[in-house]
Amino acid sequence: MTTIDLLGTFLKILIVVGISQGVVAYLILVERKIAAWAQDRIGPNRAGLELLDRPGFRRLAPLLRPLIGLGLLHPIADGVKMFVKEDVVPGYVNRPLYLLAPVLAITMATIAFAVVPFGPVGATGANFLGFGDVQFQIAPGIDIGILYVFAIGSLAVYGVILAGYSSNNKYSFLGAMRSSAQLISYELPLGLSILGIILICRSLDLNAIIHWQDRHVWGILVQPLGFLLFLISAFAETNRLPFDLPESEQELVGGFHTEYSALKFGMFFLGEYLHVITASFLITILFLGGWDIPFLTDQAQTGWFWALVKVFALLLKVGLLIILIMWVRWTLPRFRYDQLMDLAWKRMIPLALLNLVATATIVQLVRG
Amino acid sequence: MRPDDPQLKRLEPPKLNLLEQTYLPQILGGLAVTGRHILQSALGKTFTVEYPREQTLRSPNYRGVHRLNKDEQGRVKCVACMLCATACPAHCIDIVGATAPDDWPDREKYPESFVIDELRCIYCGMCEEACPVDAIELTSLYDITGFSREEMIFDKAKLLSVYDVTKDAEPMRTAPLTPPDQPQPKAHEYATAIEAPPGTSQP
Repeated sequence: MTTIDLLGTFLKILIVVGISQGVVAYLILVERKIAAWAQDRIGPNRAGLELLDRPGFRRLAPLLRPLIGLGLLHPIADGVKMFVKEDVVPGYVNRPLYLLAPVLAITMATIAFAVVPFGPVGATGANFLGFGDVQFQIAPGIDIGILYVFAIGSLAVYGVILAGYSSNNKYSFLGAMRSSAQLISYELPLGLSILGIILICRSLDLNAIIHWQDRHVWGILVQPLGFLLFLISAFAETNRLPFDLPESEQELVGGFHTEYSALKFGMFFLGEYLHVITASFLITILFLGGWDIPFLTDQAQTGWFWALVKVFALLLKVGLLIILIMWVRWTLPRFRYDQLMDLAWKRMIPLALLNLVATATIVQLVRG
Repeated sequence: MRPDDPQLKRLEPPKLNLLEQTYLPQILGGLAVTGRHILQSALGKTFTVEYPREQTLRSPNYRGVHRLNKDEQGRVKCVACMLCATACPAHCIDIVGATAPDDWPDREKYPESFVIDELRCIYCGMCEEACPVDAIELTSLYDITGFSREEMIFDKAKLLSVYDVTKDAEPMRTAPLTPPDQPQPKAHEYATAIEAPPGTSQP
């Protein structure tokens, strides 16, 4: 790896981590707005309203007022709040583990992005200042990308378990217990449901899967059941409603992050939203064609224009999926714990196995 | 009804077919409902108002803060008869009556001091009903606040100032039902008018 490659990778890491964390702040705003709209409310639109009365800002008022009305200053206020709030560490916690847990949660959520392509990879033809083609992926050319994402995703449960265990609080511990059981149960259908598409595409490389879908059809058409199982498992893996048992506010006072405050709580929050983004990327890449727009894009198209079109298509699909995840939150109530386990073990795992066997049979017959 | 009553009708929950057992149609139906609400609200059709700037209209008989009405000459209407203080179930009205000045020929007494503890008040409106001269009325103001309990004890000047604030939006309800020179309705006519549901009154 040359120095230029290394610098380019560092640059990409900076861009991806920076953008994803900024996006998370605004995802929280989107979540609050959608929550408000689902309940026929107006939603956040106040942060920064006092600024308009300050002398220096008065001339900017016509420019600022619509932004404030959309609540665009709320994420900034939220971020400042997270940084300047008092960071309480209760006296009864297991200190090393207590400090380690949020670090784990956010690290695991962030490094999963290493292999997730956010645009075309390969001979993109998008030349950057003569240094070669830009690869829209931090670590391009990893041929077991999906395995890496799953391994990292499973590690994320340690953040939750350690947080619950070290908090020395029965509600936190109950939340962590539920979380570990839930995550382990839903790893199985999550892993089984993608085996079908991997058999069809004959690769564990996320780019190869996108290229196959670009040449043929989207994964959702050849693997509808796999898509459904993966979508449901992804909801459970990201701890989103209707599977947000680990942190159910009503019963567990917040679950594993009850004892966390200020920036440590913010790190859990950030990690959770990064998981949502990763899950949306995976669903898009595995089942919705990645950067593919049917009848329009082609792997052979190169140059900056097509590269940016593909990046935009991919990000648009990811954005719509994130909105779907938030939309579902206000539609379905939370599952009971035994229903959650029943769904995973008695329904989804048998269906995923059935899907795998059927897919394997058909693939064998078609290929001869 | 006993459990073995022959008239008891037993209802079985409807059998779900295979598609319904996946709950997917119901989930999609639910998504449609919430999606409709999200779209409607995003386009501006919300049911909440931005409170301090916009306020909803209270009903005309809303029972908020009291006011002491003034007559045409700007004098307090109260005649210090103590009926409101007697009727008050919370004992929050304190009146000190005094002999009316000589140039007030229409009454014998007037309130030297008239104090209502707005924190004790339960806003039942019985003072308003008891008042023979319509001097005390409840307004639709409800967002009164104070930094101390003392601040929430309203004296005569403050109650009169509430009248000045609200008199345009809420005119005094003193207009008599029937002008005095016309035949007054008999008691039994009152009763039928009250008992008859709206729209069914006899000619």
